[in-house]
Amino acid sequence: MSFLRLLAIWAILILGLQPALADRIADADLAPRVAALGSGGFDAAEQAIADLAGTGDDRVPTILDRLGEGELMVRKTDGAVFFAEKAGKDFRLTDPVTGADAGLAPKATLEKVKVNNRIRRAIASAVGALTLMSSDPVVRRSAAEAVMKSADAAAIPALDKAIAAETVADVRAAMMAARATALLASDAPEADKVASIAAIADFGSRDALGFLSGYTTADGAVGEAARKAAAAIESRLMLWDIGQNLWYGLSLGSVLLLAAIGLAITFGVMGVINMAHGEMVMLGAYATFTVQEAIRTFWPDLFDYSLLIALPAAFLTAALAGILIERSIIRWLYGRPLETLLATWGVSLILQQAVRSLYGANNREVGNPSWMSGSFALGDIQVTWTRLWIILFALAVFLTLIAVLKRTRLGLEMRAVTQNRQMAAAVGIRTPLVDALTFGLGSGIAGLAGVALSQIDNVSPNLGRGYIIDSFMVVVFGGVGNLWGTLVGALTLGVANKLLEPYAGAVLGKIILLVAIILFIQKRPRGLFALKGRAVEA
Amino acid sequence: MTDKAEGSLLYLDDVSVSFDGFRAINRLSLVLEPGEMRAIIGPNGAGKTTMMDIITGKTRPDTGDVLFDGSVDLTRLDEAAIANLGIGRKFQKPTVFESHSVEDNIALALKSRRGAFAALFHRRSAAEQERIDGLLSTIRLADKRHLLAARLSHGQKQWLEIGMLLAQEPRLLLVDEPAAGMTDAETAETAILLKEIAKTQSVVVVEHDMTFVRALGVKVTVLHEGSVLAEGSLDAVSANPRVIEVYLGR
Amino acid sequence: MITSFLINSLDRRGRFVVGLLVLLALLVPAGNLLVPEANAFHVSTYQLTLCGKYLTYALLALSVDLVWGYCGILSLGHGAFFALGGYAMGMYLMRQIGARGVYADPVLPDFMVFLNWKELPWFWHGFDMAWYAFLMVMLVPGVLAFLFGWLSFRSRVTGVYLSIITQALTYALLLAFFRNDMGFGGNNGLTDFKDILGFPIQAPGTRAALFAASALMLALGFVVASAVVRSKLGKVLVAIRDAESRTRFIGYRVEHYKLFVWTLSAVMAGIAGALYVPQVGIINPSEFDPAASIEAVIWVAVGGRGTLIGPLIGAVAVNFGKTWFTGVLPEVWLYALGALFVVVTLFLPRGLVGLWDRAVTGRAKPVKDVDGSERQAGEAA
Repeated sequence: MSFLRLLAIWAILILGLQPALADRIADADLAPRVAALGSGGFDAAEQAIADLAGTGDDRVPTILDRLGEGELMVRKTDGAVFFAEKAGKDFRLTDPVTGADAGLAPKATLEKVKVNNRIRRAIASAVGALTLMSSDPVVRRSAAEAVMKSADAAAIPALDKAIAAETVADVRAAMMAARATALLASDAPEADKVASIAAIADFGSRDALGFLSGYTTADGAVGEAARKAAAAIESRLMLWDIGQNLWYGLSLGSVLLLAAIGLAITFGVMGVINMAHGEMVMLGAYATFTVQEAIRTFWPDLFDYSLLIALPAAFLTAALAGILIERSIIRWLYGRPLETLLATWGVSLILQQAVRSLYGANNREVGNPSWMSGSFALGDIQVTWTRLWIILFALAVFLTLIAVLKRTRLGLEMRAVTQNRQMAAAVGIRTPLVDALTFGLGSGIAGLAGVALSQIDNVSPNLGRGYIIDSFMVVVFGGVGNLWGTLVGALTLGVANKLLEPYAGAVLGKIILLVAIILFIQKRPRGLFALKGRAVEA
Repeated sequence: MTDKAEGSLLYLDDVSVSFDGFRAINRLSLVLEPGEMRAIIGPNGAGKTTMMDIITGKTRPDTGDVLFDGSVDLTRLDEAAIANLGIGRKFQKPTVFESHSVEDNIALALKSRRGAFAALFHRRSAAEQERIDGLLSTIRLADKRHLLAARLSHGQKQWLEIGMLLAQEPRLLLVDEPAAGMTDAETAETAILLKEIAKTQSVVVVEHDMTFVRALGVKVTVLHEGSVLAEGSLDAVSANPRVIEVYLGR
Repeated sequence: MITSFLINSLDRRGRFVVGLLVLLALLVPAGNLLVPEANAFHVSTYQLTLCGKYLTYALLALSVDLVWGYCGILSLGHGAFFALGGYAMGMYLMRQIGARGVYADPVLPDFMVFLNWKELPWFWHGFDMAWYAFLMVMLVPGVLAFLFGWLSFRSRVTGVYLSIITQALTYALLLAFFRNDMGFGGNNGLTDFKDILGFPIQAPGTRAALFAASALMLALGFVVASAVVRSKLGKVLVAIRDAESRTRFIGYRVEHYKLFVWTLSAVMAGIAGALYVPQVGIINPSEFDPAASIEAVIWVAVGGRGTLIGPLIGAVAVNFGKTWFTGVLPEVWLYALGALFVVVTLFLPRGLVGLWDRAVTGRAKPVKDVDGSERQAGEAA
């Protein structure tokens, strides 16, 4: 596909999608200028093209594109210009200005608007001007990147003009790179080409690398410069890749943190091994789904707030379920961790099946509120809003929990009970109540995790299963009974996982990590930040 | 290896260990002669149990030498190896194998090859049976030999544990608060039993009960904050002003 | 000497179990092959295969009980050893297909041809020979268990920590076996077997023989387990279960004992898996699912851990329930299974055998925590 075609299509897309960015002039003003295309010889056409480009109208790129493709025809009877599409023996005519159907016309009554190389250049420069000179820097940058992909020497004059006028530094760099790629593809002298490679290297995008790879095998100065430049770009891109993977890792780490943090309370602080922890997360996700369905049905205006409304609902659902489990089952099994493990596994089966009976076995769709959808770029790193919010949410939950444990009466009693149950009871703390509330807190936090996970994972009865082993790994790796250890553990495992992925693949990376943790636990059975000493061993 | 360790059974020199910044044992030195019986006293947290943990390989010291028999470095061995060297330990809280019978408890402790395959194909010999019977009558549990250990009283469990200790035929016995939770009569009997044992083996007794220590009538070491505060006969250390200060407070 | 050692190890109940299993190995195949279909004593091939499957599950349960009931090691990953034994058998059966596969490649199994592989991966060599495959059935789970146990027990990973890393182990294997490039058929596993030791695998005679083999292997496993737990080594195991550090202090190297029983148990689980695969006709990664391993634990708990007969009863009873429920009320099964976990741990710590003992003797043996509970997770807080 030629540069022209590409640029035009691209311009149509951008300008068409973003009408606010483009100006439109009145149909009555545009129509005569279009008609002028077919009015005379090449000189007149060239003049008309420049004239059209001058309007800055968003319909112009389409018209010029069709002209370049030879799809513009003049009706012999009145000299009017139309888009013509072959329809059987005849042509279907469309008004280029209004887009109105102008009926069928036999071939004999029409004449093609003639195009030669001079006209093509004129079209290129006009379209280039329209896009490269757009008032929106994003449009200009994308235009430059489009040129870069096509590497068409015809674009050089338009680029030169745009570069001269450009004020935004990185857009200018993109244009320079585009110009350099175009120059490299042309028959310019070697010295110019070497210089242009330097410009491309400065820009250093993935496209630039792809383009340069065509020259790395070339002989002489150009080849050498290209190889050097390619290497430079590669190392730069590698850094960005690492940055991107770090971001993914943080994102995964925050998900692990959310899933594990409740477990850090129930397992780490209370010593209760709750295999139904994943199901608490799952209940939170279904609570979110239910709240959102209600909002969709009754108060559609509140949809953007549905997740915020779901937070307390999810917390309470999971917390109540947790308290119920603690009071009915777990409290009979304190001090018998292996039996607790089995009993709570049974609970997890029951909860899964209950949700399956209520909501069906299929995945449920939880929508993204508008403020959580979309993404933005940070250099070469793509950042989705969902992930960013989840990271912030995880940290907020973590810090809140620390505050609850350190600053509140409940936190104080909780720590008292876990450190010395008899003494706590002796000073008047109602230990059964504290047990129930602690377990409820841990479960409730799992419910909160469910709200976040509903945004990025399938909401299905099996949702929790996928997180239980990872959560335990995080808590054990970080050091049982140490919340900061859980934070470090979650982020370390998340980042390690994502940094391994490009080399080992997703599944193998996970396996490597699991094996690494298994080996780590052998080495330090009590985790990264374990407490030492007799108190632990007793 | 220092020459000072020569001829001693147990030799601790400049041993320190700390947990999370807390120094449980602080430059502790202690020498035990072969055949000696020693009582260790000291307030709570003085490091008595930690000292036993270090000798038996449960805890590794941060610094210092721990030598057995004048030359064997105990800090490099694990619990099982140390036990097989001939160091037996009785815990503060009696721990016996509750789902085994009294007789099986003794049989398990009986000196023998400890390897897994040796155990798999082990057949109890007549000599072993004789030894078990002897021990059971020593600890006065012969009539309860088929009872599960879980069904014994607290005092009986203490005795069973001492019986297990004897079955190991150790050269050194570490006994942690043997009289805890016993009646006065049982305490007196325990003291007699220990003195009997001390005729053939070396014994270290950790005890709070002063009457009991007095009944033993042996050299006493007073521990305080992880190091030795005083050493000598019970009367001598009782008169020591620093010991009085530690025990009675200012 | 070994034989007398094994036979003497059985108590009355043990001799009854072994006798019953040998009888089953004779009667059930006879009921299938010799008794005419119209007769009330006829055993259909479906029933025969189903019962054979239960027997392999019983062997798996026995292996779990050996480590959990007697040594306090709660393995949540025994399914991995079962599956590895199954895969070793599956590889043998795949190689027996030969050129009869869909792609008719004389050497490569169908899935390898499908993946465009040109030659057999190194670890598939030798599996065309039955003796080699049967050796691997024991060796692969055994060696894995030995390495895993050597690392874990030496570093004194115990209690729930050990349980969780056994679960992580089987989970890691689950993920690994799902991958096509591992060379084990990925998602679909190994299936479409044609014959075993030269006999067509679907033939009633072969099925009857497989049933008999399962019953006899279970009987052998029972005798071996019984010999182990009644030896002095077995007493040391129980001592470790009840008071691990005490056992160290009287001079037993606990990690060696654990390693022995752990490896033995893994080999038993591997054999169970190897007998399972030809009877169900497929082995796929789902056998590595942590849920499957935990299910095996509940069979043991239901029957009665720390007894040898309990796991057999539990495995057959729970799986019979599963077959019945999934046939009649499929959606109720998970509720029932979940409730089973809860009820057994809360109310039946000694399982059905404990219930029977109580009914017979009027009093139960004292219950001791299986894990010995010398320490509790999270006490560090």
